[in-house]
Amino acid sequence: MNKYHLELRGVSKEYAGFVAVESVDLKVARGEFLVLLGPSGSGKTTILSMMGGFTVPTTGHMYIDGHDVTETTPAHRPTATVFQDYALFPHMSVLQNVSFGLTMRKVSKPLRHQRAETALETMGLSGLGDREIHQLSGGQRQRVALARAIAVEPEVLLLDEPLGALDQKIRRQMQVELVRLQKTLGVTFVHVTHDQEEAMSIADNIALINKGRIEDYGPPDRIYLRPATLFAATFMGDSNIFSGEVVGNQADWVEIKTQTGNLRIAGSQEIGTSVHIMLRPEQIKVGSSESSDTFSMGVVRIVDVTFQGTHRLCRALGGADETVEFLLRLPPEHAVSPSDCLSIYALMSDVVLLTR
Amino acid sequence: MAMNLRTMPTVVYLLAVLVFIYSPVVVLVLFSFQDGLLPVPPFNGPSLQWYQKMWGNERLMDALINSVLVALGSGIVSTFLGFLAAYGLARNQSRFTSSIRFLLMSPLTVSYLIIGVGLLITLNLIGIPKSLFAIGIGHVVINLPLCFAIVFSQFGDHLRNIEWAARDLGAGDFEVFFLVIAPIMRPALLAAFCLSATLSWDEFIVAFLLSRFEVTLPVIIFEMLRAGLTPEVNAASTMVFAISMTMVGLAAAFIISRRGK
Repeated sequence: MNKYHLELRGVSKEYAGFVAVESVDLKVARGEFLVLLGPSGSGKTTILSMMGGFTVPTTGHMYIDGHDVTETTPAHRPTATVFQDYALFPHMSVLQNVSFGLTMRKVSKPLRHQRAETALETMGLSGLGDREIHQLSGGQRQRVALARAIAVEPEVLLLDEPLGALDQKIRRQMQVELVRLQKTLGVTFVHVTHDQEEAMSIADNIALINKGRIEDYGPPDRIYLRPATLFAATFMGDSNIFSGEVVGNQADWVEIKTQTGNLRIAGSQEIGTSVHIMLRPEQIKVGSSESSDTFSMGVVRIVDVTFQGTHRLCRALGGADETVEFLLRLPPEHAVSPSDCLSIYALMSDVVLLTR
Repeated sequence: MAMNLRTMPTVVYLLAVLVFIYSPVVVLVLFSFQDGLLPVPPFNGPSLQWYQKMWGNERLMDALINSVLVALGSGIVSTFLGFLAAYGLARNQSRFTSSIRFLLMSPLTVSYLIIGVGLLITLNLIGIPKSLFAIGIGHVVINLPLCFAIVFSQFGDHLRNIEWAARDLGAGDFEVFFLVIAPIMRPALLAAFCLSATLSWDEFIVAFLLSRFEVTLPVIIFEMLRAGLTPEVNAASTMVFAISMTMVGLAAAFIISRRGK
């Protein structure tokens, strides 16, 4: 058995005068939940479409279980796709939709019926088999689309923004269900979304796509806490990003001059390199820096406060002449109001040095 | 029903427009029931004698059958070809798509007389004699752009995804067409068929230019008119009109049923 279930090697897709996907390498382990995350137009859907066999790459190869499937048609791939608009057959009942793939595979009628019912049951749709598609709610249609895809027992399930059209509450619920489904079936999932919160809550690994390339790849916590690039840092939620310049270096640390003072962090860079440093809002703490592994960021003045239940999101100004903007996430019990002044500090080890 | 001063002019105007549009037809239908030799006032009371005479008119009945054959045949062929063109164009988007679409639809604006004369010359060149078959070809030429336009308007991205989903689940070309596309497109296909069959049924100029011995209803009505005005012409015309309205009504019903979903 191959180590990787699904593998893309140097896959590109060009349309007349425009590169949608540029030499993407990607390895997906068997039973992994991979999320392709990126802004709209980043090429993530094109990558999924190539995985499903609907789009043929201009260059590069694609392997499933070690077999080259670059030119294989969708019908002959062990993949099944759940489309963004669900693409249900409007003239068929729910049961006919779900058993369509089995009918095409010439599965005998009793067996087909049984497997379709099992798929419906898995998706919590027992007893809805006789319904017409137009009688269903958006959430139910989504489940039918999933049931139809899993009924053919694919090895790889491809999901193209499947939760995009659902309202917030059902979305949350479906995210949990998708993870549960994936763990139960043990099937490899590749899920496309532009919602970073959704990606973080469901993914084993996230491939962050930007302008047709993989910007960052790894587990959600790593990408959130230690993003590889400036784009990754800004795309994955709120952040404080300060520009700075390397003013000193030693074997394993660099000294960086920023608008809020100098700091030393692990890393190695040439003197004079301009860099960015990043801190998540919750990593900035109120108080004075008293230990050697923290550093002070001076005094900031609160500009506005939004109470969000689990925390208070504050915008503040600091640095020389109050020209640097900070985003803080204070605990809910810490009451602050605009124009309050606070001393802030952060852990050296929380700082992320971004050079790209 | 409360009618106030504001809606009154609107209603009067509507009635005036309806009278303007429908009075010729109403007069035609009315005098098909004339009890007398001439379809002119005064109206001498209802009688079915001219309908009876019409049913006995062998040449007219032959023309009726011919018209039905041409309408059904050209309707089916136009719908099928229009569907294929629409399907092909919708599936293969390129920078020529809109130009091809324009080319396919622009014959809608060309006069039937010009198409008829053109067909007369072309069919003569390639050796197809004037016949019902020739009329059928003519009607396909006229109606194909319309069928294309109706069917093409119903192809969207969502249908592409539905087709992809079917292929993903293992359906081949045959299954995609018969189990998925055709059933979903059925209302549009039926509407296209009803409209093109109606237009063929009503069509005079091309049928007149391309017929010799076997003629269609509009052509024979024209011949009867030349022989003289009788209520029998009204009766035949009434029949043509009634069938046209039924077909158009069906087409509208199919289009509306599509929107309802």
